[in-house]
Amino acid sequence: MPSQKHGPYGPDADTPIPWHNDAALMSSVDVSDLRGSPARHRTEARVALALRLAAFVSIAISALIVYSLMVEALSFMLDVDWSRVWGDKAIGWFPRRNVFGIVTLISATLIVTTIAMAVALPLGTAAAIYLSEYASPRVRAFLKPALEVLAGVPSVVLGFFALRFIAPQIVGRLFVDAAPANLAAAGIGVGILTIPLVASISEDGLAAVPRSLREASAGLGARKMTTTTRIVIPAALSGLVAAFIVAVSRAIGETMVVFIAGGAADSALQNFNPIEPGLTMTAAMASVASGTDNVAGEGPTFQSLFFVGLLLFVITLLLNLVANRIVIRFRQEY
Amino acid sequence: MALSSPGRIAQTSAQRTAVMAGLKGRNDVAGTLFKALLLLAIILTFGILVVLGVQVIGDGSSVLTTRLGDFLSAGLGSTPEVSGIAQGLRGTFYLTLITAVVAFPLGIASAVYLEEYAPRSRMTAFINLNIRNLAGVPSVVYGILGLTIFVNGWGIRTLTGGRTPIAAGLTLAALVLPIVIITSAEALRGVPGSLKEAGYGVGATKSEVIKDHVLPYAAPGILTGTLLSIARAAGEAAPLILIGATTGFLSDIPGWADVTQARDSFTAMPIIIATWARQPQEGFKVDNAAAAIVVLVVFVLLVNAAAIVMRNRFERKRAGL
Repeated sequence: MPSQKHGPYGPDADTPIPWHNDAALMSSVDVSDLRGSPARHRTEARVALALRLAAFVSIAISALIVYSLMVEALSFMLDVDWSRVWGDKAIGWFPRRNVFGIVTLISATLIVTTIAMAVALPLGTAAAIYLSEYASPRVRAFLKPALEVLAGVPSVVLGFFALRFIAPQIVGRLFVDAAPANLAAAGIGVGILTIPLVASISEDGLAAVPRSLREASAGLGARKMTTTTRIVIPAALSGLVAAFIVAVSRAIGETMVVFIAGGAADSALQNFNPIEPGLTMTAAMASVASGTDNVAGEGPTFQSLFFVGLLLFVITLLLNLVANRIVIRFRQEY
Repeated sequence: MALSSPGRIAQTSAQRTAVMAGLKGRNDVAGTLFKALLLLAIILTFGILVVLGVQVIGDGSSVLTTRLGDFLSAGLGSTPEVSGIAQGLRGTFYLTLITAVVAFPLGIASAVYLEEYAPRSRMTAFINLNIRNLAGVPSVVYGILGLTIFVNGWGIRTLTGGRTPIAAGLTLAALVLPIVIITSAEALRGVPGSLKEAGYGVGATKSEVIKDHVLPYAAPGILTGTLLSIARAAGEAAPLILIGATTGFLSDIPGWADVTQARDSFTAMPIIIATWARQPQEGFKVDNAAAAIVVLVVFVLLVNAAAIVMRNRFERKRAGL
């Protein structure tokens, strides 16, 4: 127990700065004592560097993606007979016969995407509006997680459902002479897959509209529907447009639903008819990869995979960049 | 209509009824119709989910009820009656394990850098933009990355062994990395500044504050991202097709603890489902495929539900502080 004769500042307690009387102490304290141990500093520097490197891995991944695509795609583009890719002789996609009619794949992709958007946009946007404007907090607390559960369903499941149910029961009943597996069924499947994405991004856009706008509208006597349709939705328009673009990008990039339910195996005739089988860009890539001639670098048949992949990557990248810009713009407006 | 004095909203009882009805939203046919349409959209969406569930469970019930044990322990076979998902279960297990082990630390480290260390510079903005773009790249393109770098890459091939769960795990790690980073960054943003400042105030260094205060606080949110990415990786088939998961037959069914299978040919649940769904035989494309889907979806749903519970816990904690 320390001596109780004097307080914590020692016998010179009346001196305001206790150590000013201690010459030894005064000369031995300087800034370097406040600096902290070099070991801790080294640790800090190492941690900061390690974290920085981790963040740069994402840039490395992007670079590697571009590299992976470009090397083989360039080789394809330099070697291929372009009349087989674009033009009158390039009808259909028959990679084994060196016919790489890209129009076939693009038109199939467009058909599937259009049908998918016709399903996903109305349902997703309406669900978002209901969740954002009309649902009570209890209903919201139940529906939002339920939508996220739907978002988690793997695409192979939708592919199975499209082939097993949508093709015979929906497309088959509406169009009696539809093929057993066709682009329309795949398109509806992709649409169902995209509904949660549309709903979630649209809902974010609607929630970003300030409450004051709704309250002002109500204060002027507008009923709920008028407020929603004339005030909230136009205010959230950029968010809704962003949702639309992201959904299109997702639908273009979707592979498994078309691979299972699109009807075409590894080659496809050129057609613009949704109730016929078809092959989208993504499904064509999967077909080439799962075919027996999947030895790396073996001629244009396999390299066509990379060419289509490059095209797909560029299209989805552009769409995503546009959507990002719109999102940034609408966040800044408020 | 003329009112007896200014400010009087309704004078006669007929006027009062009309005003009250307007306030209560009655006689608003268009408005009610609008709300009904919106509700219809929600009902339709979940109705589709229900129909899907009924279809899948109905199709898979014959396999699941009569030969569940065989189905879970048998390998791929030439006829539907002898085929099972044992190899798919192991493949999916190993590749999601590798995905999680690779993506989890990398993703959290990146998120910590972006939220705590990165200066507000063009480089940081570029990194953020890059991550958002990566999140939108189609999964087939990640498959091309995996094929070129992890399967055939000069030098890397000796590490992964070619078309193996390791290569698949690395590829899917690249695929889910943006999700992990984005959700972890969001979780880290939710940590109150006062917590960090208190740490600095008692003399902790930045890494100590992060390790001892920020990360534990943000843990539920970070865990949400990890769980979501595991569920996503388990369900992806397109990259695996590109990498070369076997769709035919595999020689044997290794034990669960046999780690050499991580460097062997493999298959995975989504691949088996996709392959079976495209077979001509009903036994494969209906019964077996549906049964395999039930197994996969149960797993995915459980992991997603866990992620949502975690996220709700984090939200409640954040609101409570």
